[in-house]
Amino acid sequence: MTEPMVRIRGLTKRYSGREVLRGIDLDVPAGSVMCLIGPSGSGKSTLLSCINHLERIDGGRLWVGGELVGYREHNGRLHELPERQIARMRQKVGMVFQHFNLFPHMTALQNVAEAPIRVKRMSAAEARRRGMLLLDRVGLAAKHARFPAQLSGGEQQRVAIARALAMEPQLMLFDEATSALDPELVGEVLAVMKDLARSGMTMVVVTHELAFAREVGDMLTFMDAGVVVERGPPREVLSAPREPRTQEFLSRVL
Amino acid sequence: MSASRDAAGMDATSEPGEASSTAEQVVPLRRPWTWAASAFTVLVACGVFYSVATNPGFQWPVVAKYMLDEEILAGLARTLELTVAAMAMGLIIGTLLAVMRLSGNPLLSTLSWLYIWFFRSVPVLVQLIFWYNFGALYPRIMLQIPFGPVLYSASTNAVITPLTAALAGLGLAQAAYTAEVIRAGIVSVPQGQTRAAKALGMRWATIFFRIIFPQAMRVIIPPVGNEVISMVKNTSLVSVIALAELLYTAQLIYSRTYETIPLLIVASLWYLVIVSVLSVGQHFLERHYRHRT
Repeated sequence: MTEPMVRIRGLTKRYSGREVLRGIDLDVPAGSVMCLIGPSGSGKSTLLSCINHLERIDGGRLWVGGELVGYREHNGRLHELPERQIARMRQKVGMVFQHFNLFPHMTALQNVAEAPIRVKRMSAAEARRRGMLLLDRVGLAAKHARFPAQLSGGEQQRVAIARALAMEPQLMLFDEATSALDPELVGEVLAVMKDLARSGMTMVVVTHELAFAREVGDMLTFMDAGVVVERGPPREVLSAPREPRTQEFLSRVL
Repeated sequence: MSASRDAAGMDATSEPGEASSTAEQVVPLRRPWTWAASAFTVLVACGVFYSVATNPGFQWPVVAKYMLDEEILAGLARTLELTVAAMAMGLIIGTLLAVMRLSGNPLLSTLSWLYIWFFRSVPVLVQLIFWYNFGALYPRIMLQIPFGPVLYSASTNAVITPLTAALAGLGLAQAAYTAEVIRAGIVSVPQGQTRAAKALGMRWATIFFRIIFPQAMRVIIPPVGNEVISMVKNTSLVSVIALAELLYTAQLIYSRTYETIPLLIVASLWYLVIVSVLSVGQHFLERHYRHRT
């Protein structure tokens, strides 16, 4: 059996004593799209942040591409990794945020080129050339000189996706990437995500867009109160949920 | 006509035939006190101007003679040097203090808090005199590896000249104020910026200098502009430790010539000129940062 891109075993996470993740087990095979759904406060965004170690885990193990995230295991004990190695791991994992988090003092192209220049030590000319290709891929080459404040929400999110792709990640994390958008702008961002999934990118997508999950997702995981309640192919889970909590959630959302 | 009036339903009181297109004539309220106050102010201003122009005590010819005097210009240059050097010290040490204050390390954060508390609480004038008399407290300044060899040793009086005392007094106090401004600037940058930068694999130095600091500048620049303007005037405090900046130079001259008032006017006019130029500069700087993005 090949190693999954993301492997999570018994993951727990506490915020000031309160357990927000209570023993998560999850595998995301390379090249697949995993959609995470669940009510707000169910821990799905926290789980996503644990995958690239923006949140530290309190228990369990989490591997990305076969590598333990954030720690080194020695004689059965976890040792924290230095910042340098955590940063190197994060290069492999792209992340897209609900509120875009573009750098407001940089143009769209500068946003995309910054990390390759500063982190990968790519030449500025090469980073800009690749940045333009990525902006073209998300349909924004013409607006490369705009600042984030001069772009619509949908355009900002597409720049944010291009920015994450510029580091050539093996895995992309989407944290409610369309939740902050006006309804008419959701489609353009989902189209870019669909395109990315078709190109074979491994993706973990926290979303409220059930239609997207049904169409693009290879697997669907329903979380509630810090545990995985149900998982399976999206069509099955969405059309015939087995667990009462899933049924209740879907009846409220659909 | 009547149809539209019914539709509006509200201008039933308006007389028929009154054209709605012409503006109504409103008689403004009479404000006699505004006029009285204006007249009084103008009168006072004229009186002051007349007195300033005609009172021979101002000795305008003497003022004119000293405005471009070599000694005065040297003092002016020293004032500008002190402003720049003390502000530079304040910005560098202030940034360090702000980062210490925001670090997760409780020792560094407490040390920074104590520094800011102390240097903001003791008046700058007192600090200046203190630094000037530092030799009475520690006759020698040494740099030594603990229990090891002495790397550097000198008499305090040789190290603490009026200039170094002035820089220490003005710069260290300025650092305490600047630290708070910079801290506010850094805190104003949303957490999401750091998260996004980390997610891209950036390390803290890159995140701080490329992402956080440029955005914090927008919040930092306007108050620092004010601090620069304050610093120009605070340098005059240095006259108490006999450093020949603008005010002390004027004092030196009038102690010889007894032309006290005209020389104080010379100094004041130069302060007015510097602050006016800086104010214009600050206006453009603020506009630049407001229009960005």
